[in-house]
Amino acid sequence: MIHNQTIIEQRPAPSSSVGPVAWLRGNLFNGPINTIFTLIGLYILYLLVVPTVQWAFINANWVGTTRDDCSREGACWVFVNARFTQFIYGLYPRTEIWRANIVFAGFFTLIAWLAIPRLPFKRWVAVFALVGFPVVAYVLLHGGYFDLPRVPTHRWGGLMLTLLLATVGMVGALPIGIVLALGRRSNMPIVKSFCVVFIEFWRGVPLITVLFMASVMLPLFLPSGISVDRLVRALIGLTLFQSAYMAEVIRGGLQAIPKGQEEAAAALGMTYWKRMGLIVLPQALKMMIPGIVNTFISLFKDTTLVMIIGLFDLLGIVQAALSDSRWLGFSLEGYVFAAFMFWIFCFSMSRYSQYLERKLHTGHKR
Amino acid sequence: MKNVRWLGLGLSILVPTVAMASTLETVQNRDSVRCGVNAAQPGFSSLDDDDQYRGLDTDVCRAIAAAALGDATKVDFVPLDSVERFTALQSGEVDVLSRTTTWTSSRDTTLGMHFTGVSYYDGQAFMVASDLGVQSAKELDGAAVCTQSGTTSELNLSDYFRVNGMTYDPVVFDAPEQSIAGFEAGRCDVLSSDASQLYAQRMQLSDPDMAVVLPEIISKEPLGPAVRQGDDQWFNIVKWSLFAMLNAEELGVSQENVDEQRESEDPDVMRLLGKDGNFGEAMGIEADWAYQIVKQVGNYADMYDRNVGAGSEFNIARGLNGLWNDGGIQYAPPIR
Repeated sequence: MIHNQTIIEQRPAPSSSVGPVAWLRGNLFNGPINTIFTLIGLYILYLLVVPTVQWAFINANWVGTTRDDCSREGACWVFVNARFTQFIYGLYPRTEIWRANIVFAGFFTLIAWLAIPRLPFKRWVAVFALVGFPVVAYVLLHGGYFDLPRVPTHRWGGLMLTLLLATVGMVGALPIGIVLALGRRSNMPIVKSFCVVFIEFWRGVPLITVLFMASVMLPLFLPSGISVDRLVRALIGLTLFQSAYMAEVIRGGLQAIPKGQEEAAAALGMTYWKRMGLIVLPQALKMMIPGIVNTFISLFKDTTLVMIIGLFDLLGIVQAALSDSRWLGFSLEGYVFAAFMFWIFCFSMSRYSQYLERKLHTGHKR
Repeated sequence: MKNVRWLGLGLSILVPTVAMASTLETVQNRDSVRCGVNAAQPGFSSLDDDDQYRGLDTDVCRAIAAAALGDATKVDFVPLDSVERFTALQSGEVDVLSRTTTWTSSRDTTLGMHFTGVSYYDGQAFMVASDLGVQSAKELDGAAVCTQSGTTSELNLSDYFRVNGMTYDPVVFDAPEQSIAGFEAGRCDVLSSDASQLYAQRMQLSDPDMAVVLPEIISKEPLGPAVRQGDDQWFNIVKWSLFAMLNAEELGVSQENVDEQRESEDPDVMRLLGKDGNFGEAMGIEADWAYQIVKQVGNYADMYDRNVGAGSEFNIARGLNGLWNDGGIQYAPPIR
């Protein structure tokens, strides 16, 4: 019992070595030079953050319908508010917006269903998302069937169009990219040279050139009066362009798989497609997640280039709104809104890819 | 050989069916006029809060639809980039191009298109800060001038200053928003661009009254609608749609009083509004085509004031765009 009295009671570590104060002292104020840099950094942060917050929130105008409701001292979110429907749906007829809403709801439900691991019937939902949903979405958005009024594609726009271009581009580019990557590694000379030429051609031209070709040159080659819808032209151009990039990303992943894997599979008597589908690709695609998502994100941002062929994607419709004579001079608000929307989607994709990487982690990372 | 024959057969099936229909028939079958416009040109063609295009160029399209179909709302606006606008017209994607396009000899003769008239006489001008007290472009010797790169304005500017024996300091920007921001930040004393654009840029200043547009115009930029070559009937319809608006203004027939004027005994008004003669029939359209234009879109003054003139945010004086008997040069041949 004497022992107990002599041993000092367990005490928390002194505040100079743990907790926020210790962290600050250890990392930001350890020595005169670091202290000076910290103070300068804080001052710069102060200079940047305070006016931004004042502009975007404190002095901003939120309610109203015209430019007269804005004081011009801060951001005029009235502008974004008045244009919100247009920014989301483009020129889609206001009376038919419910159709776009159904497609939006279906789209996000399917994505969520496929992304949340606990939900059942993944396989059937995936099949529906790839086969059934595009048909449903087309019938709803385009109309012309079941007494739905037709909405020509040049009235589609805004966020809806951006998501459409990006989704079709991604869903189309991944399988084409896989096939091209496999073809480029093939031993068959015709298949191989076709894939090499295809990939190098599409990677060799800028996307803006592809879109210009699709919109300016293609109509001249076709007989007059026959025109392919410009949205379709843009979609095909975008998908082929991205599939070339995707092919090279996937080829990089394929090359990282040791040759022994494929040889072992061959020794077990597996056919080519089984070797690829069951042994090589699952390993390669898993490792390629950062690269694939990188390509997807850049594709998502590349969709803004369709503006030059007269399609109003999110950025295009914002820019069109900036030139309305009733709203001249609010370009900053418009661009901040567009940037924010793009950030939401790109950041979500990035987070989901990190989650996928963790989920599929099988010790291959170092 | 066999393949070639099949190809020929395929083409012969496709081509004639397409080539036969005239533009007017195509428009009437489709029940809408496809009009190529600018996506973002304040005062000429821009989208308002209710998804409608507003502007002088788009009103020209509406007038054509009123003449050809009797309904000014039957227009499909196709936003076009400045590069693809001519291809869109040539390939038949649009029936008429009304997209702040300057009428020049090379465009008229080499691009397979015809300009039908001048809907707006534009030209390069100067904008200066009002507190400088400058009254004329001749006083701008030694000024720093903001312009946009890659446009003809750069060239016009250097020509103008050289001819007048003055020097200037060019400050070049890429886009209109950048050049107006540079002007507001004091990077230059003068901003030079087409007058129509200067008035729009002026509206983007935090206080539009801090700048004035000088009266000198240093280049000719006649803007007008254009159609494909080879369809004279459609060419006439587009041409006379604009002339009808000018004639209506000259005769005092406006959107407001057109129904009263329809009872007028003035032979010119009677001919314009289709009460006398049948000038629509000669173009393959209804006799009351001009009445429909004025009733649904207005005369030239209505259209001008609403979009760029006194009734708009820009308040651009009529100037060259006034009627010939009112100090301007807008002159339409008579309807008779």
